[in-house]
Amino acid sequence: MMQKTGVIYQGFRSEKELAEIPGVPSDERIKKGSVAFIECAQEIPCNPCEEACPYGAISVGKPITNLPKLDEDKCIGCGSCIAACPGLAIFLVNASKSKGEVSFPFEYYPLPKKGDEVDCVDREGNIVVKGKVLRIIKPPKYDATAVITVVIPIEYIKIVRSIKRLGRS
Amino acid sequence: MKTTDIAVIGAGPAGLSCAVEAAKSGARVTVLDENLKPGGQLFKQIHKFFGSREHRAGIRGFRIGQQLLEATERLDVQVLLDAAVYGIYEDRLIAYITDGRDHTIKAKKIVLATGASENALAFPGCTLPGVMGAGAAQTMINVNRVLPGKKIIMVGSGNVGLIVSYQLMQAGADVVALIEAAPKIGGYGVHAGKIRRAGVPIYTSTTIKEVLGEEKVEGVITASLDEKWQHIEDTEKRFEADTVCLAVGLSPLTELAWMAGCEFTFIPPLGGHVPIHDRNMESTLTGVYIAGDITGVEEASSAMEEGRLAGVACAESLGYYNEKQALALKNEIWDRLDALRTGPFGEGRFTAKLKQLEARRQLA
Amino acid sequence: MRVLHHPILGDETRKIDATIIVDGRKIPAIEGEPIAATLLSAGIKKFRETQKNHKPRGIFCAIGRCTDCVMTVDGIPNVRTCVTPVKDGMIISTQKGLGEWGGKK
Ligand SMILES: Cc1cc2nc3c(=O)[nH]c(=O)nc-3n(C[C@H](O)[C@H](O)[C@H](O)COP(=O)(O)OP(=O)(O)OC[C@H]3O[C@@H](n4cnc5c(N)ncnc54)[C@H](O)[C@@H]3O)c2cc1C
Ligand code: SF4
Ligand code: SF4
Ligand code: FES
Repeated sequence: MMQKTGVIYQGFRSEKELAEIPGVPSDERIKKGSVAFIECAQEIPCNPCEEACPYGAISVGKPITNLPKLDEDKCIGCGSCIAACPGLAIFLVNASKSKGEVSFPFEYYPLPKKGDEVDCVDREGNIVVKGKVLRIIKPPKYDATAVITVVIPIEYIKIVRSIKRLGRS
Repeated sequence: MKTTDIAVIGAGPAGLSCAVEAAKSGARVTVLDENLKPGGQLFKQIHKFFGSREHRAGIRGFRIGQQLLEATERLDVQVLLDAAVYGIYEDRLIAYITDGRDHTIKAKKIVLATGASENALAFPGCTLPGVMGAGAAQTMINVNRVLPGKKIIMVGSGNVGLIVSYQLMQAGADVVALIEAAPKIGGYGVHAGKIRRAGVPIYTSTTIKEVLGEEKVEGVITASLDEKWQHIEDTEKRFEADTVCLAVGLSPLTELAWMAGCEFTFIPPLGGHVPIHDRNMESTLTGVYIAGDITGVEEASSAMEEGRLAGVACAESLGYYNEKQALALKNEIWDRLDALRTGPFGEGRFTAKLKQLEARRQLA
Repeated sequence: MRVLHHPILGDETRKIDATIIVDGRKIPAIEGEPIAATLLSAGIKKFRETQKNHKPRGIFCAIGRCTDCVMTVDGIPNVRTCVTPVKDGMIISTQKGLGEWGGKK
């Protein structure tokens, strides 16, 4: 049987779905520098991302089931929206340098350390490439959600969405 | 005999929100809960909630629970714990047991906010130790901080199944697979995305054929289902697992409402037989209100709104709010409830709730 | 197994401060936690045997509804261990069938 693709069958968004949702920035914008990549593809009653953005780059409006729309020119890639999203569906991508960067929310124990080499995974949890941890931020206002940034080969910025959970000692 | 203005039965998100809202008006409120600690299911919900700011979106459930408890203290709400209510009699006399002894309390208004219980599922091996409700596992990891097992199979892809899978991994367990009998994932894609990213496979059109083990769960055999929900031959898969969690729906806990004499209607999307209520959450019995999962299973955010609604309505009918004040508050709450019941996931519940109100109108 | 570290709830701050005796075996516990939690922390999953077929049972609902988790506690049968708090020195036994006052059998 052919596996049907799409979020309701596989639990993650297919490339086709991603191409159609209003939270995904253009390739040109990604090349210019860090920008939010919002993988929210279903009309659920939710809008904290809209409030979290200090630059007004995300709009949901009314009804709150609208998909979040990204204004890629207003977004400065600050990452404030990542930890605000209860769906953990917002990432940050950056293709302005020779290496790519992806930031993602991470809520497991333990956390990696800055500089660690880590196994980077795609939306299905497959290890696809090694990456290096550039940054981990976890201020109190994120309420226990860490935001990790990894450096990876540039062709992986639309593929890598997390790291493999580290073992507990 | 003990008396109170408003007696709220159940100290979950619905009951506590109701108590806080009613107490704000100046009413005397007493909450009764059978547990030793208040909060209902709220303290096991450690994820950030959806909704908008007014629904406290982005805040973790257990923190909302703490805020609600602080508010009950500030407002002098009396919370009676270890108080299992077993009867509601004429003139709103409530009978409950504390520490093995009988007690009664008489109230001018009663709010039933008793929540829901988890459904079971029958299959060979379903009674083996290690097969449990997903909510039971959630209680163990997030409230009691013990793992029920290390290798989990989750059954059911609604939000509870997805959330609890994620939380089991946060507590240090591995989720071997999530299986779902329907051809599609039932819960939010963003919840599914979290566990897929963590490497958990989701098998749709799949069911448990058998749980293996003598004294406890040792493995699980699954099988694929065709369009008619029949096992397809030679599709068995075997998984090593020590725990099977069932997230196959919740049923409203309605015994007290039956006993009190509330009229019911049958609405499957809300979890089966549910008490009929009006826009104020008043049941078919004057002075008996209902709120939260007992009125039809939704989630904590809508339970809290329904609780507030019942709280305002009780306060109004006791004269603590005038009609205008109450209407202003109720309008805000109705708007927030409607907002939670829109979109492809909410619409079904919106229509179901309309039916429930319609049943009330037909009676009137 | 206990969850000592947690990404959201933080590190465990409670201390083991009690011991319960389960079928003769000493199990370290935290006073006030449900008995069922102590048992799971020690890897004990079978709480009782059914009356007729001696089938094993463990916790199912963990909120005091299903009665699958009942055991004999300090000589009293049919105690729901998922909602009964631990007290230091409690004596607990796997319940056979409907159990018996005094906790033999
Ligand atoms: C185990 C479980 C886990 C869940 N996990 C999630 C989740 O992670 N996310 C989510 O969105 N939803 C979850 N749900 C759905 C959940 O029902 C709602 O989120 C919400 O808790 C409903 O609130 P409530 O106040 O109506 O009921 P509850 O929170 O269930 O509170 C009802 C309270 O009433 C008490 N009570 C019942 N009968 C009596 C009586 N006769 N006398 C005295 N007290 C009584 C109960 O013990 C309980 O404390 C879960 C449900 C269950 C049952
Ligand atoms: S990254 Fe910063 S600027 Fe861009 S959408 Fe998010 S919060 Fe707004
Ligand atoms: S906060 Fe997250 S889940 Fe909610 S609408 Fe925004 S992107 Fe979607
Ligand atoms: S596990 Fe259900 S009553 Fe204890």
